[in-house]
Amino acid sequence: MDKIRALIVDDSSVMRKIVERSLRQAGIELERVMEAGNGAEALGVLRENRVDLILCDINMPVMDGLEFVRQMGTVENAKGVPVVMITTEGSESHVVQALSSGARGYIRKPFTPDQVKEHVVPVLGKKL
Amino acid sequence: MKVDTSSSARSQQENWQPVLELAVEEVFEIMLGCRVAPASRSEHKASGEFTAMIGLAGSLCGVLTVCCGAQTAKQLAKCMLGDIVTSEDQVADALGEICNMVAGNFKNKLTGMDGRCMLSVPTIIRGGEYEFHSLADGETLEVCVLFEGAPVAVRLELHS
Repeated sequence: MDKIRALIVDDSSVMRKIVERSLRQAGIELERVMEAGNGAEALGVLRENRVDLILCDINMPVMDGLEFVRQMGTVENAKGVPVVMITTEGSESHVVQALSSGARGYIRKPFTPDQVKEHVVPVLGKKL
Repeated sequence: MKVDTSSSARSQQENWQPVLELAVEEVFEIMLGCRVAPASRSEHKASGEFTAMIGLAGSLCGVLTVCCGAQTAKQLAKCMLGDIVTSEDQVADALGEICNMVAGNFKNKLTGMDGRCMLSVPTIIRGGEYEFHSLADGETLEVCVLFEGAPVAVRLELHS
């Protein structure tokens, strides 16, 4: 199993730590974890780094998760990187918006490590 | 559990009390690994040293608050993060996330709300010396649970 480089985007530092712990509890080996507090910061991280997976909240100040996913295509390093949304916004219309914006998965808060595994492993494909 | 939010059902917001209770219980069980059940609000009053609040706007308008004592807030944060909790900022952040997840979990259980109710980012108040005035003029739902023996009060004030 390859180790992966993950970018976790959430305005809550507590939630970023919980997402990282959930990835580890789900058995996903992490080579490196990068963090960003909103979509604009995340684009900055991606300009300087290559990642294998992005986990992203929707409701964030400065730039929300849906706008971030839409703008990811402008960053060379981000092309083709799978994004899984992790958010309290659980309505069908939010799911549709996220998936049509380019997200590959959608996890509703509150979530268990098993739910993280269920949604993250398929989008990593051969990486695992 | 899914509850209809059509106009006929909205006038009977007492139906939403068990929905809010379930939303609170699920967040505590899934994110904190702790089973809680509603407790008597008259017997248990949260001290209010930490208050997290989040606004709801759209088809459901109002404000949801989560209120507890400082030591309880710290224990909640430790339950979420482990012993890496070192600062009051982390404690506030953790309580804000609990508030966020309760509000999101609650509205996700209401049918007919699809995408038409938005949540604000959470705001945290430290210290209990304040008076809370909400312009919400509808129903108020309250849930009190005991976490490690101490009360945590969740209150949802709705605009009519």
